[in-house]
Amino acid sequence: MKELSLNILDISKNSVKAGAELTEIYITEDASTLTLEIKDNGCGMKKEMLDSVTDPFTTTRTTRPVGMGIPLLKLAAEMTEGSFRITSRSESEYPENHGTEVTAVFNKNHIDFTPLGDVISSITTLIQGSPNADFLFNHTTEKGEVTLDTRELRAVLGDVSLDTFEVILWIQDYLKEQYEALK
Amino acid sequence: MKSLAELQAIKEKMQNKVALRDGSGEMRVVVGMATCGIAAGARPVLSTFVEEIAKENLANKVTISQTGCIGICQFEPVVEIMEAGKEKVTYVQMTPEKAKRVVEEHIKGGKVVAEFTLANKA
Repeated sequence: MKELSLNILDISKNSVKAGAELTEIYITEDASTLTLEIKDNGCGMKKEMLDSVTDPFTTTRTTRPVGMGIPLLKLAAEMTEGSFRITSRSESEYPENHGTEVTAVFNKNHIDFTPLGDVISSITTLIQGSPNADFLFNHTTEKGEVTLDTRELRAVLGDVSLDTFEVILWIQDYLKEQYEALK
Repeated sequence: MKSLAELQAIKEKMQNKVALRDGSGEMRVVVGMATCGIAAGARPVLSTFVEEIAKENLANKVTISQTGCIGICQFEPVVEIMEAGKEKVTYVQMTPEKAKRVVEEHIKGGKVVAEFTLANKA
């Protein structure tokens, strides 16, 4: 992946596919590290699946037996001498408190650090593709933070879908303005 | 700054349009957005379709959705266009520039951009 934000889009889609009503995406940066956390309340995974998700030959796709999403993110983090962790509680074992949490830590100053890239597009693409799921996005840097909570937008929009063209473009501008203010 | 009040205005505008849209959803644009598609550049392709279709005021006749891997990863980014009563058109190895031409010539103009289709590659 050319940008870390593409991994974010890819991994967050797993959460939606796992039936998550809410997927939380946190990017926290300081001068030397970037921490990415993606947390959902989807169906989760049992230990057996969890142990094998970082293996490219584990996948939920049906068109071929290879899945690269998680292995690519893990590799991107480890290449910067950072770390990767995934924990999960399956719905069958934890009916009240299930979901998956992915944490990847990157050393920003490492030569193999993939730039974050266009996070705004990843968030709008995510919402456009799954207008019935909710997302909480927060990006905190030393200069301030950018936040979006689709539950707040949904409360205003009522029965107008989040994937309406005007709404997607509004979200894009809304995030753009917040990033401008951080500069 | 953007405010939620603006979103409220969009809502009111849209609610008036919803009735109009019923039954006239003529075209469907489907963008492959699995790991293979994303890595090959599907995200800017999707954004271009959203922006161009909104800009050209085609939102009433076009819906855009995303799908997973359809099994032709080497041809990603893949975009399918479906229209009632017509055969599905599969565009392959798409870019934002190609997406603009598809909006202009196919979605607006009704003429398939043959040079970008899978049939042309096979």
